Amino acid sequence: MNERIRKLREQTLTAEPKISAERAKLVTEFYKSPLAGQVSVPVARALAFKYILEHKELCVNDGELIVGERGPAPKETPTYPEISTHTAQDLEILHTRPKIPFSSDAETRRILLEEVRPFWQGRSIRDRIFKEMDAEWIDAYEAGVFTEFMEQRAPGHTVLDDKIYRKGMLDFKADIQRSLEQLDFFNDPQALNKREELKAMNIAADALIRFAGRYAQLLDDLAARENDTKRRAELQQMAAICRWVPAHAPRTFWEALQYYWFVHLGVITELNTWDSFNPGRLDQHLYPFYKRELALGTLTPESAKELLMSFWVKFNNQPAPPKVGVTAQESNTYTDFCLINVGGVDAEGQDASNELSYLILDVIEEMRILQPSSMVQISKKTPDRLLKRALKIIQTGFGQPSLFNTDSIIQEMVRQGKDIVDARLGGASGCVEAGVFGKESYILTGYFNLVKVLEITLNNGRDPRTGKTIGLKTGEPASFESFDQLYRAFEKQVNRFIDIKIKGNRIIERLYAQYLPAPFMSILIDDCIAKGKDYNDGGARYNNSYIQGVGMGSMTDSLSAIKFHVFDRKHFSMKHLLEAMRDNFDGYDEILDLILNHTPRYGNDDDYADAILKQIFETYFKAIDGRPNTKGGHYRVNLLPTTVHVYFGSVVGATPDGRKAGFPLSEGISPVQGMDVKGPTAVIKSAAKIDHLRTGGTLLNQKFTPQVFDTEEGFDKVAKLIRTYFRMDGHHIQFNVVTADTLRKAQQHPEQYRDLIVRVAGYSDYFVDLTSELQEEIIRRTEQVI
Amino acid sequence: MFNPNSSGIVYDIKRFAIHDGPGIRTTVFFKGCPLNCWWCQNPESRSPEPEPKGQLRTAYQGDLLYRDDGLIGKEVTVEQLLKEVEKDVLFFDESGGGVTVSGGEPLLQIDFLHDLLQGFKAMEIHTTVDTTGYAGYDRIQRILPLVDLWLYDLKLMDDSLHRKYTGVSNRVIIKNFLQMYEEKAPLLIRVPLIPDITDTDENLVAIAHFLSSVDKNLPVELLQYNQFAESKYERLGLPVPGGHKQPQSTDEIEQKKDIFRQYQLKVR
Repeated sequence: MNERIRKLREQTLTAEPKISAERAKLVTEFYKSPLAGQVSVPVARALAFKYILEHKELCVNDGELIVGERGPAPKETPTYPEISTHTAQDLEILHTRPKIPFSSDAETRRILLEEVRPFWQGRSIRDRIFKEMDAEWIDAYEAGVFTEFMEQRAPGHTVLDDKIYRKGMLDFKADIQRSLEQLDFFNDPQALNKREELKAMNIAADALIRFAGRYAQLLDDLAARENDTKRRAELQQMAAICRWVPAHAPRTFWEALQYYWFVHLGVITELNTWDSFNPGRLDQHLYPFYKRELALGTLTPESAKELLMSFWVKFNNQPAPPKVGVTAQESNTYTDFCLINVGGVDAEGQDASNELSYLILDVIEEMRILQPSSMVQISKKTPDRLLKRALKIIQTGFGQPSLFNTDSIIQEMVRQGKDIVDARLGGASGCVEAGVFGKESYILTGYFNLVKVLEITLNNGRDPRTGKTIGLKTGEPASFESFDQLYRAFEKQVNRFIDIKIKGNRIIERLYAQYLPAPFMSILIDDCIAKGKDYNDGGARYNNSYIQGVGMGSMTDSLSAIKFHVFDRKHFSMKHLLEAMRDNFDGYDEILDLILNHTPRYGNDDDYADAILKQIFETYFKAIDGRPNTKGGHYRVNLLPTTVHVYFGSVVGATPDGRKAGFPLSEGISPVQGMDVKGPTAVIKSAAKIDHLRTGGTLLNQKFTPQVFDTEEGFDKVAKLIRTYFRMDGHHIQFNVVTADTLRKAQQHPEQYRDLIVRVAGYSDYFVDLTSELQEEIIRRTEQVI
Repeated sequence: MFNPNSSGIVYDIKRFAIHDGPGIRTTVFFKGCPLNCWWCQNPESRSPEPEPKGQLRTAYQGDLLYRDDGLIGKEVTVEQLLKEVEKDVLFFDESGGGVTVSGGEPLLQIDFLHDLLQGFKAMEIHTTVDTTGYAGYDRIQRILPLVDLWLYDLKLMDDSLHRKYTGVSNRVIIKNFLQMYEEKAPLLIRVPLIPDITDTDENLVAIAHFLSSVDKNLPVELLQYNQFAESKYERLGLPVPGGHKQPQSTDEIEQKKDIFRQYQLKVR
């Protein structure tokens, strides 16, 4: 790492996250103007986008090589009032909370509260959603049966392919023009809608070119004032780059990175899309530029690395937008889930790893910053060298890169009916979600709390936390005569709540299609231009909606405890168990001991428990998979929690697996924390009993002590462990390589462990920034000591 | 054919064992040991019979042992063990691993060991036996064709020290070793480095000298001392024999390996 990068890294690490009122003010100004009411919805959205990019403050950080910030300065983070607005209380909480704060000054608060919020009340998508949802949806939502992704962030969850490296915005404008010319008003009843959408895309393309032009001008001005001749030359070159891209296809490695960055800024300025957009298969996209310039002598591995590092800093400068309301509780992180993919296969299905894959891993290792996140795709054709290079970084306890099974990802997508070449060129994004890059809108719609549904089942439809009946009356469990009877009741409740969730989703999908089209995003995702349809309205080639199941481990262990102790062995009655749970197991030591120490549990390669796991998976899968969404696509399942297993646990009382009220649920498809006692091969065997190929992603975290990696031999064996999991179709695995002892010390002396980054669930975060519940939860995950 | 109902006393099964032979392995621990090493990591393995577990956590849970009966050690059949070991066969295939039988001293339960190894061979699983070498040679000979790798411990060359620290003479161990070498048994010699007991220059030179006089191609592995055993003694409420010791540093280990290298031995 050279001096420049050291400085940029320091800059981003020390920048204070603040709320910026700039975007909110501009978008509100535009929508208050008469013009906004005179044009169609998509055109207004595009004009608002243009208005923001024309008026927002520009920023060139000292020494940087890639320019452009979303806010006026690094980590100054905008709000998106057309989606949701912050209250005075929200701002105060964000300002003062000890973890993941966003500060705001008096002027910012005044603008947001006095100019912005009043205008958007009733107009914001969040207000519209809550107005449209019926009582049963609201009840389930408030009970913590599911969360709703779209109430404060726009549908995003897509990743770019290689198209911008082949086409400039002017080329996209030509494509848009062609589509406009082909509109058939005689036969196509949708022709007008398409025309408005295409006009909007055209405006958005122009807006980005002009935004880059503003940067070119600023860079020229800075160059003129620069005394250092070397920096002056750099600034001049950067100005030239901003004049060329994004208007034209990039010619150099540097232009390619700058072009991507403008596109990235465009996407995250247009809307606050969930699971932030990212360049995806970066080692593939940049390789042609890298190779050509290396041959020409205009680039060296060192200068490429410097550019990549400067690029990396830009991601870290953009924290995830601050949440509103109670949602802050469920996903508490600055990480915005940009997940750079390395490795994998090419269009023909051959190993795609190249020199740049290794160079990018060097960058990840040396930068050691939160964002962007990174992952390595391992196919059976991927050389061990790449896997071991990734493990070398994981070994340092950084929690990155995560490891993905390319072959599973492809099979998952082909099962969903996607083209195999599209599937090969895809990967994973967000936490672990499989998708076709540049051609798919794969929307995560919310987490589903399976354990809460079990609790409701065990209370005959009632939520014991509130006393309110929100589920079906499926019978008093104390009267159930068999495990099957209980299971059928649970299944009915799952189906019921999934119906409620999907009904809500369909309404929300339409609200976004109608009120918040994303014309800029639509330029980037096939086949929006060709179809003349917005990304939020089914314009993408593939449109999948997901409901993410949470708590597989807790669910399995809970049902296993009931089946084993109540029905098979008759150690205690259901009535007795329900009483014990109601009293949080206080005074029920004998029952608790039987449950904790003598129950077949998930994660131990025990067929008794794992058969229940498979049964739950089938129930969940059948409730969701294949049901149509409103965008020509289907509902799918995946199994991942981000940090919601903590929130979901907080709304569930004591559970039959011996978990006390309020404690976190198990995360992803990982076993209940500390209950996997037979080592990592047993965990992997259990996890592989889930049919990963029928999901869109699963998440398995394991914790290893650093000693496992002490010898070359131990290292090789961990690599083989991963290969075996992938041979069994496992989708994803990640490790925390850190001792519980170190984590305890970090809790006691956070000031000494500021840089300790750990794997949370599908992403990494600073340990000291995690809530204490989450810290405890990570410590409790079983440490595989060898 | 093997006898699936043959049974013996086992006190632990460890999956993802990565220090007990090549690849990813499942190690089966036989109960009962004729030696009484000061540094023994598994003091609960000595007695051949099941015993109360005291402060030790149950070593395994699951198919083999559902209801914990509070004992260390359990009588299990060949069939039960095969079923347990077979669970990780994909990991063995992928990594070139297999099963390791350790102890205690596996040769003590020779009939059971023989039947078990036959079972593993029938399933084409790579077999390793971790032995002290302290047994009648007839026992070794009986299973020789069934063992793909022997982990053979050489602790102390001086017989009086060997008697002092392990309770038995090393003469049988050395004699068996030479006989096995003659019969071309695949051997990996392991030297546990116990500070000030086995890791002295004098002892290591003697071992290296002995091995090089047999065959310079014999692979040797030095095992760094770890304090795992000490905490186990404490949990069992036993005094730590020989007191607390520090593990050797990486540099110290290298110096000790140099002794073997000077004798042109392949050490790791």
